[in-house]
Amino acid sequence: MLRVYPFFLEAAVVTIELSVLTALLGLTCGALGAAARMSRLTILRWIGATYVSLWRGTPALIQVFILYFGGPQIGIQLDSFAAGTIALGVNIGAYMTETIRGAIVSVDKGQTEAARTLGMSRWQTMHKVVLPQAARMMIRPLGVNINALIKGTALVAPISVVELTYTAQRFIGSTYKPFEMFLLSGLLYMVIIYVVGHGINWLDRRARII
Amino acid sequence: MGLDFTVVPSYFGVLLMGSGWTVAITVCAGLLSFFGGIIFAVTALYGHWSLRLPVRGFAFLFMGTPLLLQLFLIYFGLIQIGIDLPAFLAGVIGLGLHFAVYNSELIQASILAVDKGQYEGARTLGLSRGQTLRRIVIPQAIHAVIPPMGNNMIALLKDSALVSVIGVMELTLAAQQAISRTYRPFEFYLAAAFCYYIVNLALEAGLRSLERRIAASR
Repeated sequence: MLRVYPFFLEAAVVTIELSVLTALLGLTCGALGAAARMSRLTILRWIGATYVSLWRGTPALIQVFILYFGGPQIGIQLDSFAAGTIALGVNIGAYMTETIRGAIVSVDKGQTEAARTLGMSRWQTMHKVVLPQAARMMIRPLGVNINALIKGTALVAPISVVELTYTAQRFIGSTYKPFEMFLLSGLLYMVIIYVVGHGINWLDRRARII
Repeated sequence: MGLDFTVVPSYFGVLLMGSGWTVAITVCAGLLSFFGGIIFAVTALYGHWSLRLPVRGFAFLFMGTPLLLQLFLIYFGLIQIGIDLPAFLAGVIGLGLHFAVYNSELIQASILAVDKGQYEGARTLGLSRGQTLRRIVIPQAIHAVIPPMGNNMIALLKDSALVSVIGVMELTLAAQQAISRTYRPFEFYLAAAFCYYIVNLALEAGLRSLERRIAASR
């Protein structure tokens, strides 16, 4: 039993790396997606809506498989870590698009109208008046997305990325101690989620105006 | 190796049957998560502490760990202690329990939000504690929580793809079987994604009409 601990710690590091990279990619896709969905150009709005609908309407596991197994057919050859990160990042980006857009839309319309009346341009209104308020409101719902994303990193286990779930599965096979392996892996997931959750709560408290 | 979608139509039947199994798993696990959610919620709120604490601990564990890990535990783990579940049953139980925990959180919040006067009124009219919960409080709580539980159902449909990993025959595994014969992963995973998307649209439409009917009944 003792000799498995180092493997689980290494796997936890991989899970953390996956989570961080996926979150960064997801936030980027989410910001771009939200900008597209709120654009004045019909074609961009349509692209944004299609992205959200398709990526949220199909299983993340299938998206991972299409990129990893199907990618080479269209000339995209990625190792399993890269394929997993990109597929999961673009997937969570679709959810974050809606989170970010929701926060921006929920800023009182009077704010925009007042800023425009004062002679600010559309861009100035957005980045000096609306976004600073929306950013505070989106911390908590983005935290929910990030919590889901951390658990979602388990989906790269089937394409053999050696992270926590894959490691648990591997040692369930070799040690015949399924409950111990599950609890060990689960405990490490919970520690990661707990720490991240507290970080988000702290950020949320700091960002509150009142 | 380029793309060739002409091989897909000859596996139409395989994909269709896979879609059927995916719907079956979603319905079974959905029912389990609905009733399991109610039972968990009531136990977590009103149960004796010897029941309440294990349910809370179980919820904590299931909300903090990935579904895939839970499926491995139920399928491979239970074999080790002598419970050999067929893959289909293990998949349905894993998915059902996972989403029951999420539904339970929604239902608990909703039960607590039911007006206290309803409870007091029912007790005054002579209903017992159990009757009040069963006939007055829970129906109202469930009513209010149908839309967010619908979102959980949609998540469940998509997460049902995970049970392919423990070897349950459904859409993802059907696509994998076609791939093992044709070596065309891109085409068949895309076809599977398309099937999921169609089922997803149908489920969303169904839930929307249900929500409209509930809104009208208020």
